[in-house]
Amino acid sequence: MQEVNTENEKFVPNIVAFCCNWCSYAGADLAGSSRLSYPANVKIVRVPCSCRVNPTFVLKAFQRGADGVILCGCHPGDCHYVTGNYYTRRRMALLFSFLDYLGIEKERTRVEWVSAAEGAKFSAVMNDFVRQVTALGENKRISDLRVKEE
Amino acid sequence: MDKRETGEQILRISGTEIRKCMKCGKCSGRCPAYREMDIKPHQFVGYLIKGKTEKLLESEAIWHCLSCMACVERCPRGVAPQGVIEAVRTTVTRMQGKNGISAEDIPPIVDELIPQQLLVSAYRKYNK
Amino acid sequence: MQRIGVFICWCGSNIAATVDVERLAQLIKAEPGVVFSADYQYMCSENGQQLIKNAVKDYNLTGIVIGSCSPRMHEATFRKAAESVGLNPYMVEVANLREQCSWIHKDREEATKKALVLLRTAIAKVRLDAPLTAGESPVVKRALVIGGGIAGIQAALDIAEAGFPVDIVEKNPTIGGRMAQLDKTFPTLDCSACILTPKMVDCAQNENIDILSYSEVEDVKGFVGNFKVRIRRKARYVDETKCTGCKVCMEKCPSKKGLNEFNMNLNNRTAIYIPFAQAIPNVAVIDPTQCLKLKTGKCGVCQKFCGAGAIDYTMQDTFVEREYGAIVVATGFRPINVDAFNEYGYSDNKDVITSLELERLMNAAGPTNGVLLRPSDNTHPKVITFIQCVGSRDVSGCGKPYCSKICCMYTAKHAMLIREKYPDTEVHVFYIDVRTPGKNYDEFYRRAVEQYGVDYIKGMVGKVWNENGKLMVQGADLIENEQVVIPSDLVVLATAIEPEPSVRKIATLLTASIDTNNFLNESHPKLRPVESPTAGVYLAGVCQGPKDIPETVSQASACAAKVIGLLVKNHLKTNPCVARPDETACNGCSQCANVCAYGAITYVDKEFRIGGGKTETRRVAQVNPAVCQGCGACTVTCPSGAMDLSGFSTAQILSEVEAICRK
Repeated sequence: MQEVNTENEKFVPNIVAFCCNWCSYAGADLAGSSRLSYPANVKIVRVPCSCRVNPTFVLKAFQRGADGVILCGCHPGDCHYVTGNYYTRRRMALLFSFLDYLGIEKERTRVEWVSAAEGAKFSAVMNDFVRQVTALGENKRISDLRVKEE
Repeated sequence: MDKRETGEQILRISGTEIRKCMKCGKCSGRCPAYREMDIKPHQFVGYLIKGKTEKLLESEAIWHCLSCMACVERCPRGVAPQGVIEAVRTTVTRMQGKNGISAEDIPPIVDELIPQQLLVSAYRKYNK
Repeated sequence: MQRIGVFICWCGSNIAATVDVERLAQLIKAEPGVVFSADYQYMCSENGQQLIKNAVKDYNLTGIVIGSCSPRMHEATFRKAAESVGLNPYMVEVANLREQCSWIHKDREEATKKALVLLRTAIAKVRLDAPLTAGESPVVKRALVIGGGIAGIQAALDIAEAGFPVDIVEKNPTIGGRMAQLDKTFPTLDCSACILTPKMVDCAQNENIDILSYSEVEDVKGFVGNFKVRIRRKARYVDETKCTGCKVCMEKCPSKKGLNEFNMNLNNRTAIYIPFAQAIPNVAVIDPTQCLKLKTGKCGVCQKFCGAGAIDYTMQDTFVEREYGAIVVATGFRPINVDAFNEYGYSDNKDVITSLELERLMNAAGPTNGVLLRPSDNTHPKVITFIQCVGSRDVSGCGKPYCSKICCMYTAKHAMLIREKYPDTEVHVFYIDVRTPGKNYDEFYRRAVEQYGVDYIKGMVGKVWNENGKLMVQGADLIENEQVVIPSDLVVLATAIEPEPSVRKIATLLTASIDTNNFLNESHPKLRPVESPTAGVYLAGVCQGPKDIPETVSQASACAAKVIGLLVKNHLKTNPCVARPDETACNGCSQCANVCAYGAITYVDKEFRIGGGKTETRRVAQVNPAVCQGCGACTVTCPSGAMDLSGFSTAQILSEVEAICRK
């Protein structure tokens, strides 16, 4: 069951999901072809490998008003590019603790390993992540400081 | 009869190919009398391979085996542990020179709680 | 400014049922840069593609966004359509409106809204798309096989059979490898030499195969299709072209105390020697550390007796440089050193031997001519105890953490052969698990137990000691739940295997990745098991992981198929979505090269103008597009942001993120 703050009942978070082309993007496709729904506010950016995700991308997303950012890659040891996801794991551990320090809750960020066969897991992960971010409410920390869009 | 001959006799009576045993333990896994046994069904086969016949002959377990044949039924290699147990039992009774109990001796120890199969088994067990 | 056309597919009702495609096509017209938009029932159909082609021509489109199924499905289709009307195929982006929108959302309004965002994201990306062209590089139609064991031999024969020249580089004086040392092979028990030596002869006779024995790879440059390899031909002190293999030199050589490596040091050989009778090439070699002439200058007996005049004491190492299109690594294995396991007393007792030593003792061409005699006193052993998993599955640091895979089978083979040849021998085997998967493998092991009466004891040995000439083997019998002591005459250790240590150097030269156990990594453990992540490098045999002969041969043939597939091409088309460094921002720090799993990045010194008519020379990164796989690890690692990835540039991903976050 959804555990949503009553205050945030109307709040729909905006989630950016970076998915590696070989495993997680295919996993998302499988979730689609299996009709396993997850909230529409999750939008996927396709990257060749999770290690392509520069910490800047995550920061940019939060700066532009994203409420949560999730990275999905191949399972450790299964990376199409051999070692890419190991880099992701280390980089993001560092970045997320840094974000936490800045006041962006750790729960707004996540790294998940989703294989091309795990459509069900993809959907479950997204549902869970959206629930988690919804409970936290709107992300204001960086977006308030952002450059006003013209 | 020396140790080796006894072993050979048990093997002959059992009529089973003990070397086929893979030591998987499925026989003991299925045995309903397992807890009562000092030597377990798989050990009967193992001891016979190793030639530890005297241990088998001293065993209490031969009197606890129900002869239900579950071990034979379950064995993936076609070995009959019950055949070995039966053979040891027969060898022991022969060595004791007894003929076991006669059919007339049975009624006093029978009560309603004893399962039917045990009666059959007991009859086989105590009669040569 | 790009002129963008947006095409929205109904996918029958798959998309149109939940997404208001017509409204979407209208709404998207408002996006800056969009000059045309349309919706159609089946975009991927002939008519749909025609619609795209016409629009490209009529509206002079420079970029296309297609809202349809997953790009994994039809991206290639739409790119081809664009290319056919002269638009660069990399100017096409696909918004995934089916798998990631219409199929998972039920609410029409919500789905249409999301579809709009997805289209905007794709438009944001296409705005920053640049035309990309796949590069081409020529392919040298010659293959190199490193290692002349059964893996190398099989790979070379298969490649040569397809008509391509192959060089085998073997560091030992003869090809044949470990298999040549074996006596019989499981599970059929045919003699190893009988099946291996004909293949060795085939190699020697094949016009397409050049055997460079007693040689080592010294340096590798280049990339897939264009490797330049420098090979050291070690001095043999015997002219390969003149030696006839008559062995007169071996009879006359006065230095007879060298350890015979081929017989696992169980007997001696002369300083000038041919490793074994069926060696290919059948040419002598002089061991410079043992030869009296080379060490002291006084001898020269072999030269005096050589009828062919093949001996040359002044010979030096020479180098050859050759070009190859593909490289097969087949460097093989060796048994580990078991000295660290003092519980088995290998170094203290001559009669504690490894399995490979037993293999030589059983071999008709071995030190005992095939009669099983124990090394200490040359008597027939009556009780033989085998210990499995010596050094395998061991994380104590003395051994290897992995299962060596072949030991269960060869131990069953040894036990069986001994019982067959000497039925009065008692054979015991201590084991942790018996692992015999494979065709006819478990049946083979069961035969050892049931037919040959080999005594398998579940449990490990904790101590071996010598008591009046008997080796006392103390171990656990876990099934009987007791400790047993078996007085034995011979103890055989089923020794773990490890990759031949020279593989480390070769992996470095090839930038092929290697795991913590020194096994070479494959590109994908399941789907690309014979390819190294480094393009153009293939793996055969135990250098990739423990395996037996049938598996090694199949892997070698698979390698050959991959190599042939590469060599038949005249040119290689390269993926244009690769990393590209900005030389003006690069500071040559090498971080990108460190994270690259493919060795695609090298450095060059380049001159840059710094104003005032002056120039400076800086070290900058260069990406080889033929080698780069386009993962993007380097782009994130670069501290100065000089590295970018074509097709997935930083600016593009940032603008996608912005489009998603736009309220």
